Amino acid sequence: MAVKEFEKPTLKDYTSIPSVEKDATSHLAPFKSKEEFQSSLGYPGELVDNWQEIALDKMGDLLKKYRSLRVYLDSCMQCGACTDKCHYYLGTKDPNNMPVGRQNLMRGVYRRYFTLPGKYLPKLVGAVDFTKEVLDEWYSYYHQCSQCRRCAVFCPIGIDTAEISMAAREIMDSVGVGQKYCNEIIGKVHKIGNNLGLPEPALANTLEGLEEDVKDEINIDVKFPLDVKDSDVLLITPSADFFAEPHVDGLIGYAKVFHQAGISWTLSSHASEAANFGMFIGSYDNMRKLALRIREAALELNVKRIIFGECGHAWRVAYSFLNTLAGPFDFLDSRYPVPQHICELTYDLMNRNVLKFDKSANDDMTLTYHDSCNVARASNMGDILGGQFSVPRDIIKATVNNFYDMEEESIKEKTYCCGGGGGLLTDDLIELRMKGALPRMEALKRVVDDHGVTHMAAICAICKSQFSKAFQYYGFELDQIISLHQLVGNALIMNKKEL
Amino acid sequence: MSFVTIFYVILFYLAAIILFVGLGYRIYEYAIIPAPLKIPTPPAPKTIQGVAARLIREVVFFESLFSATKWTWLFGWLFHFALLLAAFRHLRYFTDPVWGWVSWEIVQAAGHYGGYVMVFGLFGLLSRRIFVDRVRYISSPSDYLMLILIIGIAVSGLMMKWFQTDIVAVKQFFLGLMYFKWAELPTDLVLLVHLSLVALLMIIFPYSKLLHAPGLFFSPTRNQTDTSRDQRHISDWAKKIESQK
Repeated sequence: MAVKEFEKPTLKDYTSIPSVEKDATSHLAPFKSKEEFQSSLGYPGELVDNWQEIALDKMGDLLKKYRSLRVYLDSCMQCGACTDKCHYYLGTKDPNNMPVGRQNLMRGVYRRYFTLPGKYLPKLVGAVDFTKEVLDEWYSYYHQCSQCRRCAVFCPIGIDTAEISMAAREIMDSVGVGQKYCNEIIGKVHKIGNNLGLPEPALANTLEGLEEDVKDEINIDVKFPLDVKDSDVLLITPSADFFAEPHVDGLIGYAKVFHQAGISWTLSSHASEAANFGMFIGSYDNMRKLALRIREAALELNVKRIIFGECGHAWRVAYSFLNTLAGPFDFLDSRYPVPQHICELTYDLMNRNVLKFDKSANDDMTLTYHDSCNVARASNMGDILGGQFSVPRDIIKATVNNFYDMEEESIKEKTYCCGGGGGLLTDDLIELRMKGALPRMEALKRVVDDHGVTHMAAICAICKSQFSKAFQYYGFELDQIISLHQLVGNALIMNKKEL
Repeated sequence: MSFVTIFYVILFYLAAIILFVGLGYRIYEYAIIPAPLKIPTPPAPKTIQGVAARLIREVVFFESLFSATKWTWLFGWLFHFALLLAAFRHLRYFTDPVWGWVSWEIVQAAGHYGGYVMVFGLFGLLSRRIFVDRVRYISSPSDYLMLILIIGIAVSGLMMKWFQTDIVAVKQFFLGLMYFKWAELPTDLVLLVHLSLVALLMIIFPYSKLLHAPGLFFSPTRNQTDTSRDQRHISDWAKKIESQK
């Protein structure tokens, strides 16, 4: 694919705030979705003639459905607190990538058509007509937001740009301007059950291969069950875990945990995907339909618990939305939260001494940990305040000897997005992805230089794929990004139960 | 009654109606629009009490802004806090008999010096708009004018120390407005400027970014409890989608 050459940012010793460079990335926009993918999601195939009218109707509709959108468009006092908080601004210098700059693209239209001063004194309040040029700007810059919500943490009012970017994408979809990457993938899940479009026989085959690999390696029959009825646990994991590196090592880690704890588990071919790109396009309807597959699978397979694998936005949808979208889950075992994260399972088993670790198995590595945005800022683990930060770290510290956190401004609730979240993990946005990774790469470089960190663990499929690319781009090694459960799998002492 | 008095009587009734009805209507709108999904940002409290504590910290200390930028926090917090002090001082013009604590020397003095602090904070905010390129980029004319308007209110208020007016008559005027026994308003220029600007601020409040005041309390990232796994959080419109299929 032809991607225009772009200037490579250099990694500095500190993260600096760049000066505004207007239109620095106005040329960036992802490929548009084709008619077949648009229509399978219930959207027009191409830009409709009366798009402005329909878009404004849609906006009016969303303003009545989402308090967040209405309050956030009204409440910004343009104070600038968020202007240096977005990794895309820090990496691209484009002022429309400042959270408030991005919001103002919609706020200008909102003011023009939905507020009194904007109707009569547009220039005074920065209101703009909704022209085709403005729509094009929306398409470009609302696809330069990974919906990571770092800005929302710092905003004095709590304005969440993700809410605005989701609404913008929903409005654009409603007039036929959809993004290829997201909409194509959602279509595949509706039809087949996972993002990769991987049908049941291929999945079964892949899992069999994994069983053989693990058997060859440790001479233990660790199972990777698929569609096994009456299992205790239904595992919902991103489909990248079946194939991609380093994701698959995480999946092997989960399987070892289940094996060692003696918990019966299964994957589902009907719901073979944790990811829910319905969230990225701001579509409650699509998000709900994708979530319902998980409910259907849980009922069909008659399981007692649902556990999610390592996937950031999936865990947001699972933790924060699943009960709302596809609940109530009163048919599951009420002793466990619905759903649970694989880290919660491992953490609990570890604390109860069901799992024992030999940390020295990971002595060839010095670790740091990347808080994935959706886990950090939109979920919890273990029902502990800040558990989404402490649970993964506690697991890492129990499985490795050498661990160093990156600097405080770049972790936990202030973590930087990997640069590929929010439906932007596509090669047509490679320039944006590499530039957006800059703040994380700089923070990483500092712990590499100061503490000799060799590897970074993550619990998100998108982060892992994005870092595999960004690491190579910025001069690290591709395999320096690893799954958290790879560490668990390495260090887990297997089959000692009978002793 | 003089023309000036009649004009200001009408102006303040109008401004008060727009402020209270307009703001009341905005709050009503915010309250009835559903928040269909749980989106609290960390550290997200589990309980209503936790939410209340969080909002109090935001309102009293500007907690999030403090973590974002110290300069904007300093100027913004000083301005708002000083505005509160000035408002306390002004209560004596609207209460008869004056509430005990309002007439305390320290409250009156704090309100007076608060005026200077307000101006300091506002100029700080204005200078950020002018000199920080990122903030300059996002500033529209109304953003500057809003600061200038409030600076105008503060400065004209402070100037009455030197251009004194018949403050007893001013109080009678406002009590008259409140109890429908209209009284003459002194016609000192500085006073009229001060009052006009205040009325203007009241009028634009429900149509401007000053809505950040009620907005904070309706901000789902800040006012929601983190209980999504414990209970469903389903909106009426989402229930309708559910019953369709």
